Amino acid sequence: MTAVNSSGTLIAIRDLKVDFRLDRTTVTQAVKGISFDIPVNSTVALVGESGSGKSVTALAILGLLPKENSTVPPGSRILYGGRNLLALAPGELQKLRGADISMIFQEPMSSLNPVFTIGFQITEVLTKHLGMTGRQARVRALELLREVGIPEPEAKIDAYPFQLSGGQQQRAMIAIAIACEPKLLIADEPTTALDVTIQKQILELIAALQKRLRMSVLFITHDLALVGEIADYVVVMREGEIKEQGRVEQIFEAPQDAYTRALLLCRPQLERRPRRLPVIDDFLKPGPLAGSTLEERSRGLRGDEEIILEVRHLGKSFYSREGLFGKREFKAVKNVSFKLARGKTLGIVGESGSGKTTVALTLLRLRGESSGEALFDGKDLLSIPQTEMMPYKRRIQIVFQNPYASLNPRFTIGQLLMEPLQVHRIGSSESERRDRVYKLLEEVGLPEVSFFKYPHEFSGGQRQRIAIARCLTMKPDVLICDEAVSALDVSIQAQVLNLLQDLQDEHHMSYIFISHDLAVVKYMADQVMVMNEGEVVEVANSDDIYRNPQHPYTKKLLSSIPQGWRGARAR
Amino acid sequence: MTQAAALAIGVQRAESPGLWTLAWRRFCRDRVGLVSFLIVVFFFGLMAASGVHLIAADWSKEVGVNYAPPTFIGPEVADGGPSAPGSHGGERTGEANPFDPLAGVLAEIRAASGAASVAEAQAPTLVFGGDRWGRDVLQKTIKGTETSMFVGLVAAVLAAFLATVFGALAGYYGGWIDDFFNWFYSVFTSIPYLLLILAIAAVLNQKGTLTVILILGLTGWTGIFRLVRAEYLKHKVREYIQAADAIGASHPRRMFVHILPNVSHVILVQLSLHVVLFIKSEVVLSFLGFGVGVDTVSWGSMLNEAQSELILGYWWQLAAATLAMALLVTGFSLFTDALRDALDPKLK
Repeated sequence: MTAVNSSGTLIAIRDLKVDFRLDRTTVTQAVKGISFDIPVNSTVALVGESGSGKSVTALAILGLLPKENSTVPPGSRILYGGRNLLALAPGELQKLRGADISMIFQEPMSSLNPVFTIGFQITEVLTKHLGMTGRQARVRALELLREVGIPEPEAKIDAYPFQLSGGQQQRAMIAIAIACEPKLLIADEPTTALDVTIQKQILELIAALQKRLRMSVLFITHDLALVGEIADYVVVMREGEIKEQGRVEQIFEAPQDAYTRALLLCRPQLERRPRRLPVIDDFLKPGPLAGSTLEERSRGLRGDEEIILEVRHLGKSFYSREGLFGKREFKAVKNVSFKLARGKTLGIVGESGSGKTTVALTLLRLRGESSGEALFDGKDLLSIPQTEMMPYKRRIQIVFQNPYASLNPRFTIGQLLMEPLQVHRIGSSESERRDRVYKLLEEVGLPEVSFFKYPHEFSGGQRQRIAIARCLTMKPDVLICDEAVSALDVSIQAQVLNLLQDLQDEHHMSYIFISHDLAVVKYMADQVMVMNEGEVVEVANSDDIYRNPQHPYTKKLLSSIPQGWRGARAR
Repeated sequence: MTQAAALAIGVQRAESPGLWTLAWRRFCRDRVGLVSFLIVVFFFGLMAASGVHLIAADWSKEVGVNYAPPTFIGPEVADGGPSAPGSHGGERTGEANPFDPLAGVLAEIRAASGAASVAEAQAPTLVFGGDRWGRDVLQKTIKGTETSMFVGLVAAVLAAFLATVFGALAGYYGGWIDDFFNWFYSVFTSIPYLLLILAIAAVLNQKGTLTVILILGLTGWTGIFRLVRAEYLKHKVREYIQAADAIGASHPRRMFVHILPNVSHVILVQLSLHVVLFIKSEVVLSFLGFGVGVDTVSWGSMLNEAQSELILGYWWQLAAATLAMALLVTGFSLFTDALRDALDPKLK
């Protein structure tokens, strides 16, 4: 960052270290001596996977590190206007926060106070920091709401957070953050919880505000592709250290560090579909990349494949009580029909609330009664009685989104994997079952000792492998992956996707792959089904749908995918 | 698998801490919790030893003089100091009454049995004093501890068991089963607590330890039921239960094999809270005269006796029962607090 002279630097971080005390004896270094500058009037992206120390850095700038268990060793400096923020008195820091430096968080729903109106929460900042009267503040709050693009600001100013959609809530958060026209806006994963179309709007809003208010933005994210469009500078962090920093074009065009290169290529891309996704280790070890990561895989259906599951006119309604006796019907899924071919993958994409998860859970009969039929081996899964369902349950399995919630925390991995075998009486003896489980652990790439461990001893990616292994114990014909890789870091995501692909190649399973991430679906699916508000909008082979979308909604969805550096330049 | 690999796995198994091991480690870090745990263990030891008649077996023996004062105060000065005006034994006042029509008969009885009782020397002082019949208050307190703790523990286990079964059924199945148990709960909680206890006592119509346990257990499940039901409501929609459903686990299996271990910390903490509550309730019941029978001693019956003694200035029975109870209840409460902190996964 030599291009920026010292007078153009807003905040200079020098040799910042942060230690966390876990208990009396263990101390971990969350940030291990990093230095970078945030220039005036520009956007700096801080990119890294979970545990890289990026959020801790942001909290250190704001002075919001938890006092009980964190220490900043002397020598660390965060210079702002000639002052070291780390040495500032709490009162002075309080004056800076909100006025000069403000922050927006990942979850708008949990960072807005649910019992106060939006207007109240904006005017609070204005009266506190700028000393405005109530009336002045309200006028300014209306202006701000207009500025962040909330429709009908006069009506919404008296709305409570729950009355706004997710995107509107994040806009309201931004309005609070920019209320005092701060010099620095810290955005900590501001779009991770939002749908892809909303994400695009929020990114555009932040970029526009940055230009208009001539402020600096520190944009924290795990998604390197996202920052290509909006950042001027990129800082790549891993395990508390800076791996690489530089101007955005340098990072994307000529990345110097192996880890940066890995981050750029681990994520499935829309243009290519390698046989295997490269993983971080491929880049960190010397030598050229394996051939399988360079070869292309072709996908799609020819039309003569054996159909294993045929869903016709699937519908699912939820009812809510209204008045004393009335009930209101909400159709979550309306008239969904599709066919799933043996050994192939059907991708379902759609935004939250589009009904894609409901389709999956209804097929497994985890969601009560429904209409329509789902023919599996000539039997309608939706109408056979519960008692006859058992043999079919074995053959159609599901991997859930959150690997932290889908494994029973009180079971060992051995118990978790043995249970399906016991329930379905697979294998003649306990020792035979145990051997099977050991083999499966090996297949999903976990050591045998995992058998005796508890889920909390594993990382997210490992837990997802365990969840997959649990499904595989029953040798299912159909595996539903409901956002199975969405909660994972980019590098882990690549590993799990590779694992799923290997298993499909070996066992000829059919996948229903549900995701909001269009690039991942493009990589995995032979056929893609786009859903919106409970209805199927478009079904086609995946290459066709991405090259030549027919329906306007599909087009809108595809145009919202972050294009990365190349896409931003092409525009 | 080779022998070596099997051995390696065996070794690893010992090293891998389960959730309970982790909870125990967290618990050991809490000094207050650890001390209170030792107090609770001490009381348990006392209860067990007394239960098998190792100590306090002859608590009902009249080893001292009537209202023998504690040793650390010393024997009573003959014919009373100013502090103890009524300290003469009942027998002596009885003899002094010239108008007693039965005086002659009583004197004969006394002369017949006198040979035996007088032969045993009655100590002028006892370690922690004596009661009206000269029984050792210390031994009586130990025996009372046994009764009170036994009642508290068994009643709490009964209440927690009922609450767990009801709560699991109501929370897991929902629908009309939930409605049924909620109405049942509402009926129970709508009746004033003491009235309910007295009503059940009247129905059972006999005094005794078992009756007290039944009364407390049958009326005390309501609070735990609410919590268990809420936990089941929360857990039944969790992904791991959906996953269990997807692999074909049956309803009872999901209820008791999958969910129960995950809510056990709530039940355990409630259990120990209710032990404390029921010990206090037993005291109240015995104080009101609905408690344990006359042939058993509990803290409640000791306190009941103490109210008449206190007027006469004999404070030691009251002090002994109160001290023992306060120590156990405080210890148990602090232990429960520490237990909750150690077991609550949210605090990690």
